Formats: sequence, structure tokens, C-alpha cells
Amino acid sequence: MVIHRLTFAVPRGSALAVIGPNGAGKSVLFRALIGALGHEGEVRWAEGTRIGYVPQKLDIERDLPLTGMDFLGAKARVSGAGPEDVQHALQEVNLPPRMAKKPIGALSGGQFQRLLLAFALMGRPNVLLFDEPTAGVDEPGEERLYEMIRRVQVEDGLTLLLISHELSLVYRFADSVLCLSRDPPCFGPPGEILTPERIERMYGAPLRYHQHRGEPTG
Amino acid sequence: MTWTGIVLSIGMAAAAGLVGCFAVMRRMALAADAMSHVALPGIGIAIAFHVHPLLGGVAALAVGTALVWGLQRRTRISTETVIGVVFSLALALGSMLATGEELIDALLGTPGELKPWELVAGLVGVAAVAGFVIAHRSQLVLAQVSTDMARTAGVPVARIELLYLFAFSLTVALGLRYLGVLLMGSLIIIPAATAKLVARSLDEMLAVAVACAVASTLLGEALAVRVGRPTGPVIITIAAALFFLGLPLRRPH
Repeated sequence: MVIHRLTFAVPRGSALAVIGPNGAGKSVLFRALIGALGHEGEVRWAEGTRIGYVPQKLDIERDLPLTGMDFLGAKARVSGAGPEDVQHALQEVNLPPRMAKKPIGALSGGQFQRLLLAFALMGRPNVLLFDEPTAGVDEPGEERLYEMIRRVQVEDGLTLLLISHELSLVYRFADSVLCLSRDPPCFGPPGEILTPERIERMYGAPLRYHQHRGEPTG
Repeated sequence: MTWTGIVLSIGMAAAAGLVGCFAVMRRMALAADAMSHVALPGIGIAIAFHVHPLLGGVAALAVGTALVWGLQRRTRISTETVIGVVFSLALALGSMLATGEELIDALLGTPGELKPWELVAGLVGVAAVAGFVIAHRSQLVLAQVSTDMARTAGVPVARIELLYLFAFSLTVALGLRYLGVLLMGSLIIIPAATAKLVARSLDEMLAVAVACAVASTLLGEALAVRVGRPTGPVIITIAAALFFLGLPLRRPH
């Protein structure tokens, strides 16, 4: 068993960040939440929940002859969305249609993550699950990506669950934080959870991280 | 070669091109090639019991497909590994059951007169494979890209994977008589590998793979007669030549 005795709730429209060292079971938790892995206990989603999920890694290499449009079009056909939904999703993530017509291998890390965000937004989900949305993105890009996710979340009134290592961004963008490590899980508002002592204990080392005082957004 | 043979070989090649695209996407080219050998023990049994070898081959492929899919789901071992094991077993059983010349025929194919029912059954098979791949290409792509993402998008992943494996086996069966067990796997994989090199989108990839497979087959048929060699190996040589021609045209990243 990977995770024990975990209880948490995410109110509709709020943002939860899941943090913790590698191997603590963050991705496993997400895969259990979407029903891809078996688990004990109960996962309860509100009625009418539609999940947009983006995994940490895709099962394929990025050198395939697949364009962003192939990708989004496939989801549109599967979820019964129309071409206007594809355009809408691209607009929401600021990805020009000409970029979406390129093979995915030609996109930069940031563009690719935006494409995945657009993919998750197709089919009008009301819950987004992101497993490390800034993998392969440079530092200024990371912050822009988080801002974009946050903006889309607020605009569309979505509930957001994301796994992140960027503690200073988590502090700014999350309404609540769930930490997974060898210790029992902890759950609460960022100001309570993200204390220097706890972070040092969780990651085994002090981490580059600054609190933005008086700024919990959202 | 008769016109019925040509029609069926074009259909077979097109089906091979379509099915192959999704096999090379997941880097299961070798595993997919091996999968085609699963037909062998069925052919052996059919010959031993004086049944049409094709029926035995199809039956063995169906059993092999179900076995691979079931093992994979139960044990969560990778498709490649499962196919590797099932394939070796099939080859061992097949070479025990079929002997000498029969075995060579099964491996390399025996072109001959097509009976009307063989043509009809073949064309029905081609239509089933092509129809499935084209109609379900969105679901197939999503299931390849990420099973978890596909699942949350509403794709019945397990069912699609099973249907795909059946489509693959059916394609192998279509080419058994003509190309044999060994070479049919190659006709599925090589044109798709060429398409993966040069295409820029999914539809382009499907089109290039079909074009390469059909062109190799037709050219191979024409050339084999002129040089007096068996058709199958000539077809595969041409398909491989197209792959190497495609290398310098590789899509830039």
C-alpha cells in the first residue's frame, strides 16, 4: 500500500495543491482519484463531475506525426464536442492555431503544456487534475503557466487539483495543500502547512522557498 | 496473377498499412511482428486434421489475441513481454505440428488460385479492419497517447485495445496465404515505420502507410514475375527499400 489514512475534501471552485518528495504517492493518488487504480476507502465526487486530467508523462515519445489538432480533434470527437470547442480551448490557453497544426515534437515545453491544458479543457470539465503541469518548462515559463491555469480556473469556475514541486507558486495559487511523505499525510491552508520546519522534514533538506506574506489569492 | 488476386492483395496491403500505424506509435514494432507468428500452430493443427490451413491460422490468432489481452490485463505485464512469451510458445508448438514443406509454406506463403469464397471472405476482412481503424482512430490515438487520459476522456480503453488486437490478427490472417506468417508481419510494420518518418499528422501517416504498403505489393507482384522469384520476399524488399528512401526525407523537428 502506498498511502495510508488519507482524508481530505476539496470545495467546489477551489484549488488544492498536492506536494511531497518523489515516490510519496502523489501520482498514485491522482490515478486512484480518476479510477485507474484500485483503492480501499471511498472517493466521492459531486454529481455531474467531469474530469479533465493531464498525466505527468505520456505513454508515447514526442517524435510521432501527431499534431496538436490531431490531439484536440480526437478528444473533441470522443467527447462529442465541436470544432468551435477546439478553437475555444486554444484561445483559453493562448495557443495560436498555426502552432496547433505543427507536430507535437516541434512545440517547446511551455507550448506543449499549454496544449495539454487545452486538451484537458475540451469537453467542458468542471474539475481539473494536473500532475506536475510545468514539467519541461523553464522558470519564467512556470510562473506564466501557473497564472494561466489559475486564470482559467477562476474564469470557468473550475475545481483544481494539482501536483507541484513549486512551493512558492503553491503558496500563492492554492487554497489548500495536501502533503504526502513518509509521515502521516497533512492537509490544510498553505499558511499552516507550508512552514519551513515541515518542508525541511518532508523533503529532508531546506528548500528554496519564500512566503509571500499577506497574499493568499482567490 | 488473376484480377481477383490483385484486388485482394491491394485490400490486404491497405489494411496492413492502417493497422501498422498504431503498432509503431507505441514502439511495439517487434512485438507486433512477433504477434503474426501466433498463427503458426493453428496452421499446423489444421494441416494435421486436413482442414483449410487458413481456418486454423485464424483460430490460433483469435486465441492468441485473447490470451495476450487477458494476460496483460491480469498481470499488468507489458504487451511486448506478453507477446514475446506467447509468440515463442506458438512458434515452438507450430514447428512441432507442421513439418518440412508445410512449415515453409506457412512461413512464406503459397500464392495460388483463389476460390470465390476466399475472395469474398478476404474482402469482408479488409472492410472490417479498415472500417474499424478509420472510424475509431480518435479513440485509438488517445489510448496510445495515455491510457489514463483516454479513460478520463471517456474512451473504453480495454475494449478498444482488444478490438485493435483483433484487427491486427485479422490483418495477419488476410496475408497468411499470400505472404505467409513471416512476411505479413513485415508488411504491417515497415510501411507504417516509413510513414512515421515522413508524415506530419495522423491522417498523413495513415495515408503514407497505405500508399507504401499498396505500392510495394503491386510493384512486388509485377517484379516477382519478371525476375522469377517468389512474390512475398520481393514485396518486403521493396517496402524496406521505401523505408530507406524515406530516411533522408525525415520530418525535421
